[in-house]
Amino acid sequence: MKKIAFDQLKETLYHEKMENGLNVYILPKQGFSKTFATFTTKYGSIDNDFVPLNSTEYNHVPDGIAHFLEHKLFEKEDGDVFQQFSKQGASANAFTTFNRTAYLFSSTSNVEKNLETLIDMVQSPYFTEKTVEKEKGIIGQEITMYDDNPDWRLYFGVIENMYQHHPVKIDIAGTIESISHITDQLLYECYNTFYHPSNMLLFVVGPVDPDQIMNLIRDNQNKKDYKDMSEIKRRFEDEPSSVAEKKKVLQMNVQTPKCLVGVKACDVAQSGKEMLKNELTINLLLDILFGKSSKSYYELYNEGLIDETFSYDYTQEEGFGFSMVGGDTEKPDELSERIQSIMMEAKSGNYLTEESLERTKKKKIGGFLRQLNSPDYIANQFTRYSFNEMNLFDVVPTLEEITFNDLKKSAEQFFEEDRFTVCQVIPNK
Amino acid sequence: MSVANEMVIKTEGFTLHIVKTNKYKTNTLVWKMKAPLNAETVTLRALLLNVLQSSTKKYPTTTALRTYLDDLYGAGFFVDLAKKGEQHIMSFSIDIANEKFLKDSTPLLQKGIDFLAEVLLNPNIENESFHQETVEKEKRILKQRIQSIYDDKMRYSNVRLVEEMCKGEPYALDANGIASKVEEITPQNLFDYYKKAISEDELHLYIIGDVNENEVETFCRNLQFENRSPIQLERKEGSNVKEVKEIKEKQDVKQGKLNIGYRTNVHFGDQDYFALQVFNGIFGGFSHSKLFINVREKASLAYYAASRLESHKGLLMVMSGIEAKNYDQAITIIREQMDAMKKGDFTDQEIEQTKAVINNQLLETTDTSRGLVEILYHNVIANQNFTVDDWIQGINKISKQDIIDVAKKIELDTIYFLTGLEGNGE
Repeated sequence: MKKIAFDQLKETLYHEKMENGLNVYILPKQGFSKTFATFTTKYGSIDNDFVPLNSTEYNHVPDGIAHFLEHKLFEKEDGDVFQQFSKQGASANAFTTFNRTAYLFSSTSNVEKNLETLIDMVQSPYFTEKTVEKEKGIIGQEITMYDDNPDWRLYFGVIENMYQHHPVKIDIAGTIESISHITDQLLYECYNTFYHPSNMLLFVVGPVDPDQIMNLIRDNQNKKDYKDMSEIKRRFEDEPSSVAEKKKVLQMNVQTPKCLVGVKACDVAQSGKEMLKNELTINLLLDILFGKSSKSYYELYNEGLIDETFSYDYTQEEGFGFSMVGGDTEKPDELSERIQSIMMEAKSGNYLTEESLERTKKKKIGGFLRQLNSPDYIANQFTRYSFNEMNLFDVVPTLEEITFNDLKKSAEQFFEEDRFTVCQVIPNK
Repeated sequence: MSVANEMVIKTEGFTLHIVKTNKYKTNTLVWKMKAPLNAETVTLRALLLNVLQSSTKKYPTTTALRTYLDDLYGAGFFVDLAKKGEQHIMSFSIDIANEKFLKDSTPLLQKGIDFLAEVLLNPNIENESFHQETVEKEKRILKQRIQSIYDDKMRYSNVRLVEEMCKGEPYALDANGIASKVEEITPQNLFDYYKKAISEDELHLYIIGDVNENEVETFCRNLQFENRSPIQLERKEGSNVKEVKEIKEKQDVKQGKLNIGYRTNVHFGDQDYFALQVFNGIFGGFSHSKLFINVREKASLAYYAASRLESHKGLLMVMSGIEAKNYDQAITIIREQMDAMKKGDFTDQEIEQTKAVINNQLLETTDTSRGLVEILYHNVIANQNFTVDDWIQGINKISKQDIIDVAKKIELDTIYFLTGLEGNGE
């Protein structure tokens, strides 16, 4: 077990790579009541075209299958694992993103039992025709719920506009039609391919003794027989750099229109340090341009173009990346034009000052400390960073390294007319 | 071992609560202002809160104010409106880095407290009136916020249930105010109301973090308020439900939203309050509860089916998203679960499981400083003195008979259904 100390932050992280390839991290947090653990596989909604284990041919699986599998792992022959967790005083959950599926629990007692329950649950799949059929009704209602949610439709509307081929444009839960094609056999195929320990990461954070926890995990894994895995083969079509559609307007049962401007990222083949620096720089850039202390926020707010729902963010993973800016607005066309022109002006150097960079860096450092108060944040983000070969604890030093020149270069490269797109939700007639 | 040591200090005009802990890398300040909820002041208070947080005399624009906060290592500053029972609470929260985790060790806590004093006591006024443009801007934002409830159907149906169920009671009001009353507010009458609120509201300040109590008290000297004797609300005894109301509303939605309200006739602070909490846990509070198991897992009717308590008002609310054609089946299943609870049709194992999960949830909530403040503030609302440990012990003592007894007090009041245009709504 390796020990990694972060002196300034007063944190110590423990790491071990198990013989079967599983990466385990433990972050003791004394003083907290709860322990939080996530068990995550590097497999999400975009992994829909791959070579299944023990096969040589690529297979294309139905949309929404990674999320469906997430639901089904909680059910076993003798019942629902949610029950097991609650008997042990824990609350359990799971979520699926574009490129990972995480299972988690938090509890203030019986931590060791809960940890074993979590690991064993994920490592003992049980799917039958009958349980798969039953789940279609529940997930069908989950999909319908999101269909009625204008913010979700807007969010996916922007992504659909941006991407021509990449599966990031497919709704994580799929559609009622696509999930109708899911079978127990297909679930096993995905499971066997992606849930090998070497494609997974286990993170435990809380008032725990790292030696004790690591021993438990070692014993648990030694009881299980895993064959060595070769690298998983995934396939993605080439994605052009320009957006698929410039604008889309959805009519929905709302009173206030909504508008989001999307920017499709270039250079998305990055990972590691390079990716960390790129994503932090774009985050600083957006903060300087659209944060509450920015000149443009003041103007847009004063002109009545935005309200408190206005937000901006940047998402980057291996193979795709995008930023979104916008919110509720009475004047969606005017807002989208203004956002795009602010970005184009930033490209030519407007709005960006050394002073705003320094101030925004300080803001980000304080924000990072705030996030470290949350065990959930640490576990989830550490895993995401690690799957992209980055380290969460490098955030502050990397932020400090970013220069004004980096910021300007980033604005020049990131903001390009043909990578802009707009999606709006407007009230039904 | 005690979960949280709350130190309570009465100072002039307000009560200071300090919880010293080294769990966090930031220090949190939460300022709470409480007054009775009523139709005359609810909209004024909602607007006031937002006008105060947008600028001050020293930081006369949002840009100036937010720039200052960014310079303080991005101190988090946000406001929130809530109703707890029939009381209306404005909260101002500041979350500021603890400098011992920074290279630069300028003390930040005092700056945070000074900033709070600036927001509360030195507002952006001109000639005994709030800054006109700021008020106009915030009026627009407030109207949009009230309107936005309509666009989120889950929230909307919840608000509609409360409106229908509590017609004629202050609780029917939304904490964000009444849309049609926003326009009437002027910079002058808002300032008049500010003076009233600042001199009459019940005031509490919570400070949570790795702080020195004496230092905190010294820093707070800038926060000076007149003494006051806040209004204690008298609780009206639970109305007996005469007839169950059933309301169906049609809108262009794909998924129907079923919301059901019950009167529990039990409030936070009552002897059987802990029994009610355990009741709610077995009935619909968690993923092992009867509603989740029977509506979702067994009948496959819904993605979510849950219940929650409005502890200070004595309500139990059920919510679920279903297809319109399954309305009758869902209602039948939910009513069966309530009957099962009243008949004691639940096992010792369900009780134990629920207690374990409630205690877990409570302790987890204390791990976030905001969560801890919310737990401690229940005492202020109900004029009680529970510690987190009392709470846990209270839950652990509940017997099966206690749960049956509390279940028998619960009365169905209103069923609200938001259904699609094609649905079977009448």
